[in-house]
Formats: sequence, structure tokens, C-alpha cells
Amino acid sequence: MAGPTDIPVDLSAALVAAPVPVGHWLVILPVALCIGLGAILLMLRNRTEWHAVIAIPGLLLLVLIDAALLYRVASEGAVTMVMGRWLPPFGIAFSVDIFGALMALTAAIVALLASFYALGEISVSGRRYGFFPFLMMLLAGVSGAFLTGDIFNLYVWFEVLLISSFGLLILGSEPQQIDGALKYAVLNLIATTLFLVSVGYLYAVFGTLNMADIAMKARAGDGSAPLTTLAGLFLLAFGMKAAAFPVNFWLPASYHTPRITVSALFVGLLTKVGIYALIRVLVMLLPVERAGLGPLVTVIAIATMLAGVVGALGANDIRRMLGYIVISGIGTMLAGVALGNADGLSGAIFYALHSMVLMTALYLLAGQAARLGGSFSLAALGGLYRRSGWFAGLSLVLFFAISGLPPFSGFWPKVVLVKAALATGAWWLAATILLAGFLTMIVFGRVFLLAYWRPAADGGVAAEPITWQAALPLLALSLLVVGVGLFPEWLLHLTQAAAAGLEQPSAYLHSVFPTAGGAQ
Amino acid sequence: MEAVFALVVGLFFAAAIYLMLSKFTIRIMLGIAILGNAVNLLLFTAGRVTPEVPPIIQKGASTLDNAAANPLPQALILTAIVISFSFLAFLLVLTYRAYQDLQTDNTGEMLVAEPDERPLPPLGY
Repeated sequence: MAGPTDIPVDLSAALVAAPVPVGHWLVILPVALCIGLGAILLMLRNRTEWHAVIAIPGLLLLVLIDAALLYRVASEGAVTMVMGRWLPPFGIAFSVDIFGALMALTAAIVALLASFYALGEISVSGRRYGFFPFLMMLLAGVSGAFLTGDIFNLYVWFEVLLISSFGLLILGSEPQQIDGALKYAVLNLIATTLFLVSVGYLYAVFGTLNMADIAMKARAGDGSAPLTTLAGLFLLAFGMKAAAFPVNFWLPASYHTPRITVSALFVGLLTKVGIYALIRVLVMLLPVERAGLGPLVTVIAIATMLAGVVGALGANDIRRMLGYIVISGIGTMLAGVALGNADGLSGAIFYALHSMVLMTALYLLAGQAARLGGSFSLAALGGLYRRSGWFAGLSLVLFFAISGLPPFSGFWPKVVLVKAALATGAWWLAATILLAGFLTMIVFGRVFLLAYWRPAADGGVAAEPITWQAALPLLALSLLVVGVGLFPEWLLHLTQAAAAGLEQPSAYLHSVFPTAGGAQ
Repeated sequence: MEAVFALVVGLFFAAAIYLMLSKFTIRIMLGIAILGNAVNLLLFTAGRVTPEVPPIIQKGASTLDNAAANPLPQALILTAIVISFSFLAFLLVLTYRAYQDLQTDNTGEMLVAEPDERPLPPLGY
């Protein structure tokens, strides 16, 4: 803040004199690795045969790093690393709690498997367009957004992932892609600009950009600042990113145009970053204002769930249908945010993780279904069951999981959410979650009936067999879905810890300000 | 001074929103350019509009002894300018390419990804 201060500021205490502990480098390593690999791949832009050889082991390393980070955070609590040796709130901090580490790990797994799928799908020309460098930069942005502890940094990482997503979206430059990309680009850019506006106001109110510092000051606030308006702005900006109801129309307009690997990556990573930021800002930074906006978020959640699933019922193209299903899933996560208690948040986080894995798997599945059946249109597809029995079985597993049927991963978060909703007396929220699940079941039941059981039309295109590059990630993703469905306790335990950490962020605050409460 | 500043920011936002509501992509791009500048000005006010004194602490003192400019919003604006500039460049190229490929700059006619006549899924077996 400008103006004379009468509090003496001891700057020597703000400068870290000790070297950074080795373990703390884990916090920044995912981002550094992705940017480094992206730069190397860019330098090798003429040697596209090297791209996959470098990118896939790099992504494997990223998964291992994120797993180590999650292990460390789960066993020792939140970790913070500051840049330039300036302690918060002066320096820029990277703070990781269980929530961020879980999301980052899942994102890395999804990206690894999707890049494996890309081996079979992204052709030489796609690689020359820069698929793998863009992928690494996208992951740098996504990991950065999950791990940063500074709200302006969050904006910067949003922009990093946004510009890489533009590149991926127009891979191939077909008219359809350019049309979809224009809508996606303009609307997402407006959303990030709105986010920047909110960050500006937040700085004007609190005079700090460090999330932990803001969380502390907002809790100790005198209530004179227009924080509810600010929370509403954040809700609009992140809701647009996540494709929540009134601002969701860009998603089905653009997500079906790119290559199937790119769509799969986008549904796995991008909308979930929006939900992550929404939970982080509304629940951790502005909890009082979230409670005030609760009824509005409830309405948005219900509308998003229903709008998504009704859109899916009316779609003929499988990819467009999946786009609407993504929107419906966002509504389910928003239901958890609307509840706002530890149980609701734990359900929302669990659902977000499940959705990242499952939606990616479903898009990859749609890609292979189109290879087998020769079309993305439900009206034209047919006879997939006869063409590949195991593929049909696998599809059924994923269809059950998305509808929330046991024993697959979609069941548990819905149980948690419905239970949490009923416990607070929000029966309308519980009823909508169940209704949306039921309608989703109808959507996918119809897909199975038409595309798998129905005999293929005469003179259909010759089926292309499923490649191993596609089968492997599909099997791995399904294994995750079944594994989490059968043994949900460990993940449930982690998401509950993550939700508790968001509700009572004392551990997070303590990691940023070790001299507990001694900020400034 | 503050009132004038607030009025200018509001005017910028109004112009940006007016342009972005247009059907034509080039006007939308101009709206986005103005929106970026409106946000930069807004970030500037977030650090309070103060005299243009650099925040340098006098020799021997431990705090600033007079009102000074807040350097942080300026750093933020610099970042935001770089980002919005690169985005605008990308969007302009994309718009031009869209105009070449789709033969129109009217978003009402850009219906390649979402055609007007979308078939419904089959109702019977």
C-alpha cells in the first residue's frame, strides 16, 4: 500500500537466508520439467520422430514426481516454496496441499495415457504442427495452476494453458476446427479477463496476492469490503472456464472439432482447472461469501446438471454428446461446492478426479468406436459388439461408471454427495444428482443399444481394427475406474483430508507463514 | 482525479462490451483489445492513484517517509499487457484465417462446427 506507514517493517526477516531444503524442490519440479521438455521439443521441431520418444518418458517422470509430491504432502502436510528467497507475502509462493497434489497427479496420469493414444492417432503432420510441445506447455500450465499459492500466478498459469490449448485445438486447420476454435478462444479469453478483473479488485481490497494471506485477511475482515460482489465475479469467471450453466455453450461448440486425443486431454484437464480454481477461491479464500452465494450456486448446479444431460439426450454425434455429459458432471461438482461443508467438498473433489479419468477414457473410447464403426453419428453406427466383444465389454464398464452405478468409480462420489445433501436437508440437490444419473444411464443405454447391439447397416465401411496404442491407455484408464470403484477407501480418505484442509486451512497457512499468525 | 479515472475505466469497459456484442469478428477483436486496456487501467487503480514518487527509502530511514507510487500493480499490468498482446495477435491471425476459410466474418453465419440442421439421434431401433 502506498502512503506512510508507522509500523516498522523488518525486511531482514522476509529474506530467506537458509538454502531451500531438497525436498521442497518437488513442489516446483512438475512445472519446471514440463517447461524444460516443451522447450527441448520446440528446439527439435524438425525432428518429429524424436518427439514421442522424449515426451512419453518425460510424462512418466512427471507422474512419478507428482506421486512423490502427493506422498510427501499426505504424510507431512502442506508444503510451500518461495521464489527469489523472499518470504510471503512479498515473494511468489508455490504452495501444495493434498487437493492440489491429487489434481496434479491425476492430470499427469491422464496426460501420459492420452499421449500414448496420440502415438496411433497424431500423424506426422500433426506432430509437425507441434502436438507434443503444446502438450508439454499445456501440462506446465495445468500443473502450475494446481500448485501455485499466488492468485496472480494462477492467472498467468491459466493463460499458459489457454494459449497451448489454442494451438492444440486447431491442429490440422480444418474449417470446422477454426470455427470451433474462434468461439472457444474468444469466450475463454473473456473469462480469463474477468478473472484478472477480480484479481485486481482483490488486490485493491486486501493489498496482497498470496492466497494464504488473502484467506487470513478475509477471515479477519471487517465486512466493509464488497466481497460478495467479488465472489460473484470469481464465480462467473471460473464458471465460464468450467462451463457451468448459463455460460456453457462454448464447450459443445468446440470440443468435438479437434483430434480425439486433444478433446480427451481437454475434458480431462481444462474444465477441471476451472472447478479447482472455483473451489480454491470460493471455499478457501472467501468462505463467508461462498455461504452467501450458496443458493445461487445451488441453482447453477441444478441447472448445469440438467442442461448437460438434456443436451446429451438430444445429440446425435457421440463427441457432442460427451461434451454435454462433461457439463452435467461439472454440475455435480458444483453441487458439492454449493453444499460447502467438508462432506460435500470431499464428494466434489472425488467426483472431479473420477471425471478427469473417466471422461478422457470415454473420448478415447468414442475415437475407437468411430474407427470400428466408421462414424461418430449414432444414426450410422452399429454392430460394434459383433466386431469386438472385449471392446463392447470395456465400453459397458465405462458407461456404468459415468452413470454412477456400482461397483465403478462413479458410484462413491455420488453416494458421498447425496448423503451430504440429505444431511443438510438439501433434498432437491440430492434428487437432481440422482435424476441426472438416471438420465445419463438412459443416454448411454441408448448408445449401447444403437451402436453396439444394433446390427450394422448394409454396405457399412470396413472396420479398422483397434490398435495397441489405443487399447493400452483404454485398459489402463478402465483399470483405474474399476480399481477406485472396488477399493475407494484410500482415495476417500485422501479427498476427505483435502476437503478438511480447505475448510480449515490452518496447515496451509502455517506452511506459508511458519511463524503462525505472524504475517507482516 | 479518482473520479475521472473511474469514469475513463467505466467508459472503456462500456465500449469494449458494446463492441463484443457485435456479430462481426473484427469488431469483437477490437472489443477485446479495449477490454484488455480497461482491465490494465483497473489494475492500476487497485494500487491507488498516488503521486508519481518512486518508492525509495531514504538513507538512514527504515520506512518510506512520504506517499509513493505502488510498484506492484505496475508489475502486474506489465505482465497482463504482454499476455493480452500475444493473445490479441493470435486471435487476429485466427480471425483472418477464419475469414479466409469460412468466407465470412459474420459469426451468425459461422455454422461449420454447429450446423443449423443437426440430426436427432434415431428414435427407433
